[in-house]
Amino acid sequence: MTGAIWNLLLGLAWVLLSGDFSGLNLLVGMIFGYIALLLIEPQVDGLKGYPARVPRFIGFLGFFIKELVQANLRVAFDILTPPWHMQPGVIALPLSARTEMEITLVANLISLTPGTLSLDVSDDRKVLYIHAMFLDDEEELRRNLKEMEHRALELFR
Amino acid sequence: MIDVIKGAMLLTGSSFMLLAAVGLLRLPDLLTRMHATTKAAALGVILIMLASAMHFAEVGVVARSFAIIVFILITAPIAAHVIGRAGYFVGSRLWSGTVKDELRPNYDPLTHELKSGMETQENAKRHPRNTDPD
Repeated sequence: MTGAIWNLLLGLAWVLLSGDFSGLNLLVGMIFGYIALLLIEPQVDGLKGYPARVPRFIGFLGFFIKELVQANLRVAFDILTPPWHMQPGVIALPLSARTEMEITLVANLISLTPGTLSLDVSDDRKVLYIHAMFLDDEEELRRNLKEMEHRALELFR
Repeated sequence: MIDVIKGAMLLTGSSFMLLAAVGLLRLPDLLTRMHATTKAAALGVILIMLASAMHFAEVGVVARSFAIIVFILITAPIAAHVIGRAGYFVGSRLWSGTVKDELRPNYDPLTHELKSGMETQENAKRHPRNTDPD
């Protein structure tokens, strides 16, 4: 978190010093700020792990957008063609997220991808109940959800 | 070139929103309808906002469209989750083609207790203590 704030401050300093107030220039400043943070990371304890987290975050964004578009097209296809190909059902997904914050994040990400909707979490916080639209390949679905959870948790650990 | 991209994004965005409306009419039960409306509509709004940000390319407009995207991404899944959960526990019927339901056997409608189905494993692993009642 401190790393992100420093990166933003360095970007703003770049914008002020170069005198070009545009979004693109802020992005350039953030990139230079990131490089500077990358270079001083070994000497500053507060920045530990921040430079490694940024590429992971970008990779996660790409992965998530891919999933989002793919699943949306699948749901769209099923809505537009007359016979129902879907096999909806409620499955229990064991969670590796432990704190409330992590569970909220994972449940929201699952709700956000089409075809899966998180319904409830069990009282002991071990299992997330998910309503899924396409259960024809349950193993594949579980593997995808687990991969998404794993990638999301990596961002914060 | 950029006009073509903007136009394509506007068109796909609005067709996703149309799809959400069609899905709301066609799909058979509450939970599948929640799937169609929230996600397709959210993706539609995101695409339209990106297109408008590219079209105006001013700091104010871009900042506002990104704020809208962030708020949609925060609120849409929570609304879907809360409506779906309430509907499920109030007892709205699932579609006849539903293949499995792993929640129903673990839920106690009297106490509103929701088990995980993993308690028995935990108990088997647990060592008995002196304080346990006989």
